[in-house]
Amino acid sequence: MSPTDAERKRVVSASLTLGSAVGITALSFGLAAVSSGASVWQACALSFLTFTGASQFSAMSVVGAGGSLWTAFGGATLLAVRNFVYGVALAGRVSHGADGRRLPLFRRLVAAQFVIDETTAMTTAESEPRLARTAFWVTALSLFVTWNLGTLIGALAGSVLDTYALGFDAAFPAAFAAMLPAHLRTRRGRMAAMTGAVVCVALTPFVPVGVAILVAVVGVLFGVRS
Amino acid sequence: MSGATLSAGELWLLIIVLSGAAYGLKVLGFVVVGGRTMPPVLNRCLALIPASLLAALVAKDTFTTAQELVLDARAVGLVVAIVAVWRKALFIVVVVAAMAATALVRALA
Repeated sequence: MSPTDAERKRVVSASLTLGSAVGITALSFGLAAVSSGASVWQACALSFLTFTGASQFSAMSVVGAGGSLWTAFGGATLLAVRNFVYGVALAGRVSHGADGRRLPLFRRLVAAQFVIDETTAMTTAESEPRLARTAFWVTALSLFVTWNLGTLIGALAGSVLDTYALGFDAAFPAAFAAMLPAHLRTRRGRMAAMTGAVVCVALTPFVPVGVAILVAVVGVLFGVRS
Repeated sequence: MSGATLSAGELWLLIIVLSGAAYGLKVLGFVVVGGRTMPPVLNRCLALIPASLLAALVAKDTFTTAQELVLDARAVGLVVAIVAVWRKALFIVVVVAAMAATALVRALA
């Protein structure tokens, strides 16, 4: 049975709403990136090419603290590993067309760029395949537009304001704190978070900037035992 | 006040390699592995990466400056952010409230 117009409308409207909400998050990324030493163009390039929020925030946070290129890269890439997991989960739902045939490789390579938190959440919420595909593409495209536009506006604003006096550096911990609750629902998640924070603070005085963030990933070992 | 030590060229290099790695991970999952099941222990560990790293980043961005442990205006910002998150405020409200609290403490100091 094919989805009704009302169902399609519901999915499209929910996906567009999420897209616009994310544009506002992008404003804070633009501000924060510029306060950490990125140019407006660099902030925009991160949003356009990297296009995965937590990694972008993480990279600029380490750079702003004086970390090296490779520590900034390492932490941000570890955060991007979840997009691999999402990709595995979404492949069965999005990589086939309405006729049931697999999309051409080129289309799948384009779709891959949009495999992120928000598209995964919206797509996996729909069990009907056509609605799932609609959710994926509407979320992906609306979010891509608002994410890049928001970054540009935020970066432009950040480049003409006194970022220290206005507390823009405080946007980083606030943004990470806002992303965290979804990962604290399980006991395992809470243990991993606690470990990550403690390890990071304890190591900071003894290792180069950014390395403590990499070592904090030992928190994942709470996942070894089932 | 940024403590960044990377040159513009190094930052561009970071953007390029990070974008390549992020896209590579997306393609690896979506196109290469696509739909197969992974060992549960691997899934469990990978699922914990954000919890560990996001909490570590909160701690780093609030309580450290370069290699030093510090307690300054950002801690007030974090307390405000946590209250806002706990009250289920919108993302932008969390961020703006934390920035405003930090700016206020700096203005008073």
